[in-house]
Amino acid sequence: MEHVQLTFDPLDVNEVTRHVTSASCGAISLFIGTTRDNFEGQQVVRLEYEAYDSMAEKEMQKICHEMRDKWPQLQNIAIVHRLGLVPVTEASIIVAASSPHRKDSLEAIHWAIDALKASVPIWKKEIYEEGSSAWKENKECKWKNDES
Amino acid sequence: MIKVLFFASFREQLNCEQLSLEEGEYSALLSELKRQLAEKGDAWREVMMSDRTLVAINQNMTRQDVTLRSGDEVAFFPPVTGG
Repeated sequence: MEHVQLTFDPLDVNEVTRHVTSASCGAISLFIGTTRDNFEGQQVVRLEYEAYDSMAEKEMQKICHEMRDKWPQLQNIAIVHRLGLVPVTEASIIVAASSPHRKDSLEAIHWAIDALKASVPIWKKEIYEEGSSAWKENKECKWKNDES
Repeated sequence: MIKVLFFASFREQLNCEQLSLEEGEYSALLSELKRQLAEKGDAWREVMMSDRTLVAINQNMTRQDVTLRSGDEVAFFPPVTGG
């Protein structure tokens, strides 16, 4: 089962865990991305996220399918991304997966967060303490023209 | 009719989230659409001509010059920064 979601609500780790929990699995692996209070010496007070919703959900589903291809033992997968304002320490992304044994889900969620950062059409803006803001640039974007 | 969408810094830079172009108002090729939009002003030219600009048609990334069809959704956006 795959659970892919974009939401403006605060993310609930317990709820995501419930989505992937399975009696036939001995392992649940989970990654949480949170807003950090600093970037290159500047104080960040929050991040603001924007998505191309329909395409983001498609890309997140593609990531789930690729995870299954690479790790056929995976049972359930959940990818939830928060949109809008995400204050420091709060979660913007949770990727979770269950598998009978720990190696598969641990490896799969590591791969998944890297894949998400490279390909899902979501953008973050950093809001700094003194009020200015800047749209971030990921080095990881796989479509960047200067990396082709 | 085609829908043209702008996201993130482009949306702010162009002060535009979405445009609809009726049959006859848009050119057949993506490259021609970009040239057409570039004529709307300096900010538009900057976005359309930048090699940073990514394009998706009907939610699929495209690097090629494709023919646009009625009902298509064309999105212009900067490199993604999710997660």
